[in-house]
Amino acid sequence: MARDVRLLDRMFNPGQFVGPFTHAHPGLGGVCTFVGEVRGDSGVEALELSHYAPLTLPGMEALADRALARFDLMGILVIHRVGLMVPGEPIVLVSAAARHRRDAIQAVDFTMDHLKSDSWFWKREKVGGQWCWVEPRADDYSDLARWG
Amino acid sequence: MALRLVFLGRLADAAGTPEREVAPAATLAEVLAALEPALAEALAAGNVRIAVNGTLVADRAALILADGDELAFLPPVSGG
Repeated sequence: MARDVRLLDRMFNPGQFVGPFTHAHPGLGGVCTFVGEVRGDSGVEALELSHYAPLTLPGMEALADRALARFDLMGILVIHRVGLMVPGEPIVLVSAAARHRRDAIQAVDFTMDHLKSDSWFWKREKVGGQWCWVEPRADDYSDLARWG
Repeated sequence: MALRLVFLGRLADAAGTPEREVAPAATLAEVLAALEPALAEALAAGNVRIAVNGTLVADRAALILADGDELAFLPPVSGG
């Protein structure tokens, strides 16, 4: 199980995926896991993530392959939600298993920066009962520039 | 037969629907000319990417469409 990439359309429990992923790589030196949740600040009541099936999952798989090629990993797990979410719900999970910690940590950082900036997702937020689309942030592009 | 247009993100609001079937057309310019002017303008923006049958188009002016094609209009992504 070198690469496990999924799009999910309902709430998930990160531990349910990280446990089996870790056990599938006996002899690893370390696992690094990042879980992103829907933020509850700024009066956001709900978040809806849409995607385009022919591009979104293949794009995530290509990104996972780039992380596998760039870092010395035993495996990588990438899970992303689509659909309607409320604050506190997990939206993204990236976990990397490696013989040495730095590869695992950097692979997760690399994958998250690319997921945030150049994956095929469109996001809208409900604030005060009104839906509005979230536009790209300049920070997302500068985060990406870190990786050359 | 027809072309299927798919509108992502805020373009779905501009179109009033996430998907629409339109009469066959050979070029992107013909497709846009048959739409409401405000929608056509939103779709023609330089930061809107286009995919035909799931493959990103590099040169939209050179695009030749066939009956049954799915044309997706992809505005800048807001990140995961």
